Amino acid sequence: MLVLEGATVRFGRRAALDAVDLEVADHELVCVLGPSGSGKSTLLRAVAGLQPLDGGRVLLGGADQAGVPVHRRGVGLMFQDHQLFPQRDVGGNVAFGLRMHGVPKGERRLRVEELLELVGLPGAARRAVGELSGGEQQRVALARALAPRPRLLMLDEPLGQLDRTLRERLVVELRAVFRRLGTTVLAVTHDQGEAFALADRVVVMRDGRVAQSGTPRDVWQRPASEFVARFLGFANVVPATVTGGTAATPWGGVPVPAGSPQGACRLLVRPSAVRIGPSCAGLPCVVESLTFRGHHVAVRLRPHGAPPLEAECGVGDAPEPGAEVGAVFAAGDVVVLRPGDGG
Amino acid sequence: MVLARPEVAEAPAGDAGPRGRNPWRGKASPRGAAVRAALLALPVAFFTLFFAYPVLSIVGRGLRVGDSWHLGRIAEVAGRSDILGVLWFTLWQALASTLLTLLIALPGAYVLARLDFPGKQLLRAVVTVPFVLPTVVAGTAFLALLGRGGLLDALWGVRLDTTVWAILLAHVFFNYAVVVRTVGGLWAQLDPRQEEAARVLGAGRLTAWRRVTLPALAPAVAAAALMVFLFTFTSFGVVQILGGPAYSTLEVEIYRQTAQVLDLSTAAVLTLVQFAAVGAILAVHARTVRRRETALRLVDPSHTAHRPRGAAQRALLGSVLATVGLLIAAPLAVLVQRSFDGPGGYGLVYYRALQSAEASGGTFLVPPLQAVWNSLQYALAATAIALLVGSLAAAALALPRTASGKASAAGRVVRGFDALLMLPLGVSAVTVGFGFLITLDEPPLDLRTSWILVPLAQALVGVPFVVRTMLPVLRAVDARLREAAAVLGASPLRAWREVDLPLVRRALLVAAGFAFAVSLGEFGATVFIARPDNPTLPVAVARLLGRPGELNYGQAMALSTILMLVCAAALLLLDRLRPDRSAGEF
Repeated sequence: MLVLEGATVRFGRRAALDAVDLEVADHELVCVLGPSGSGKSTLLRAVAGLQPLDGGRVLLGGADQAGVPVHRRGVGLMFQDHQLFPQRDVGGNVAFGLRMHGVPKGERRLRVEELLELVGLPGAARRAVGELSGGEQQRVALARALAPRPRLLMLDEPLGQLDRTLRERLVVELRAVFRRLGTTVLAVTHDQGEAFALADRVVVMRDGRVAQSGTPRDVWQRPASEFVARFLGFANVVPATVTGGTAATPWGGVPVPAGSPQGACRLLVRPSAVRIGPSCAGLPCVVESLTFRGHHVAVRLRPHGAPPLEAECGVGDAPEPGAEVGAVFAAGDVVVLRPGDGG
Repeated sequence: MVLARPEVAEAPAGDAGPRGRNPWRGKASPRGAAVRAALLALPVAFFTLFFAYPVLSIVGRGLRVGDSWHLGRIAEVAGRSDILGVLWFTLWQALASTLLTLLIALPGAYVLARLDFPGKQLLRAVVTVPFVLPTVVAGTAFLALLGRGGLLDALWGVRLDTTVWAILLAHVFFNYAVVVRTVGGLWAQLDPRQEEAARVLGAGRLTAWRRVTLPALAPAVAAAALMVFLFTFTSFGVVQILGGPAYSTLEVEIYRQTAQVLDLSTAAVLTLVQFAAVGAILAVHARTVRRRETALRLVDPSHTAHRPRGAAQRALLGSVLATVGLLIAAPLAVLVQRSFDGPGGYGLVYYRALQSAEASGGTFLVPPLQAVWNSLQYALAATAIALLVGSLAAAALALPRTASGKASAAGRVVRGFDALLMLPLGVSAVTVGFGFLITLDEPPLDLRTSWILVPLAQALVGVPFVVRTMLPVLRAVDARLREAAAVLGASPLRAWREVDLPLVRRALLVAAGFAFAVSLGEFGATVFIARPDNPTLPVAVARLLGRPGELNYGQAMALSTILMLVCAAALLLLDRLRPDRSAGEF
């Protein structure tokens, strides 16, 4: 459906998109994930034609989009802050794209009703957009974007401004809607939870480049670089040297999975790989702080003469802050990262 | 009498949002420049033909003898003691008027911004009435209050009409609304929590106000002061009616030299002097506006007002109400009263006299009431012209800035044109009017006998209003709404029609209202070009006042009352249409 070949956009001397290659297959749900300023929104704008390319190509359905104006590309874009038309009611907003495409009035009305039903706002057509809650606005924006049946629907931080419970519910709903309609979706977000819950495939971006691309499970289990690992929230990344089945780290020897590449590297030790035991066994640490996370407790350990270490344990097993404990590493949740990539 | 809106409300609350840091806004494109040029073509032609050409011609005519320029005339005239006297008076009365207006109106700004009391809307409406009143009516109203046979004269034998106090008070009357609307408009939108934060941090009530609120208000106060100064510096109708022979401003002197003494070269020099002074004032104004582009945290004004608390606030409210009553309501009330106060007791004598040329006492060739229809027709035509020219100019100026931003040459041209549009407010209207007479009288542009001459001159002062009203609204339309429309399949033109137009429609109506009121009251230029058999209301009023006799005086009052009602109706309509606060504060 969508192919980007070396897409480049520069703002002054800074490249917001730096030779990005990306493909989105029909009916695929791809989510671009990255910190703010990584070029995610520029990517969407370039595909929509709102941002001219400084290099490379955008192809939709195999056709080069150079010179095709925004309104003829047949894509949908849901803006970060919705950008509903303030002077129109809900129905007027949803019907806008249909009017632009010359859909007759009767058909428009039916389609608006159908879409409002779909997004869970039946009968809301006459309401003013100003009196909608954030979640309702989001649904209207979605209905408006879906109305002209775009071949590619793009979502810019679709759930960014909503509160947490609403967000978690909407992620599930959105996924169900897109599945049902078979919509091809390209979304961008800075929220990893959102990306992993929504997407078939996650593309992590950094400084206008693709840092990693894969299924949510792939990316989560095998971050390609220290940057990706840290962006996903993992703090235990240290320089290491792998020899056989063990890596030499500032924390001492850490077992690595069989078949890991040998030599100097960066090593990710997931908190779940750190087991907390009595101080007589393993790496001696002082418990610095505890953060309650619901199903588990994140424990911040301060080893003697080494970088701090994040561990996690069950709520019932949590040590007291200030306690002397020992940390033991398990190979299963340790990942050898590609070397030579700072972050 | 015109007001340029300070760009306070230009950034609506919450503007610091995504749009503020949107890096895509306004990437330069050659097409943008072409569109801008196309939009500017008509405004530029309009100003060249109907402003620059007449003004330059008349200045040239005054300073040229045969084929050679007599620039020595400038020094010669400027050195004359009577001219120096006029210059000095113009300057100090403008300064005094400005200070007096600030002194009297700032408490009013506070009361209307921060206090909540019954009748607040009415008070706001009352203080705004003078603002759309023609200067001639204001002059007449003060004459009825302070002049010979006026209310004060009848009660205590006090007459102020040939003193400078009448001029100063009339100027305060006029410009009260300028300060209240400009400063109060911002004041109402300042977040009171800023002051509260300062209080919590240990500042006393007064210190908190001085350190937090005052600095935020200062640019608005400066802008209001500059506008008041500009209006009073170029004051014509008020001084013409109230000043008597003793006092004359530059503008009055230009009129005298042009129309009575027929000394064109002196008039030309005076025009240049006024032009230079106004240019300097506008330059200062532009700087204060730019300084003000610092982002202020603005909030919904409906949440910042509270009921008066304590004796001090109640006393303040009382004194503001009293001031408004004395200074604004009283002159207007006396004007109306005088118009009914005929020789044989109260009645419609003067109004009836307006109905025929003979009954009116031979001042006119046509029934004076005819002036009402003339005025309405002229004002409508002028409004249409001002809307067309002003909207095109505003649309061009509202186009996104070019890539290299403010420093670029194109940016400077745009800002320059923006300032240029304001010039008709300050250039002697008398000069413009006379310039029309002597330049637009030969082919290919012989408009001497055409009715369009008057609306063209009136539109000149209407255009700045239209631009000032439209520009902030056009700039406030989020570019991404247009993008949203484009993604949904709207072509650029369609997106403009579907997104921009509905949002600016109300601003357009407001601009139309102001242009209409300003055109209706225009006096300085119209007095030259309105034909004797087709006078406008202000011209007819001035002519009646210029004749002796009870009947003429009474008719002037009656016509002024009619003019006031027409203006008040326009204002009322305006306030109904007034779009939200993003549409500018006049």
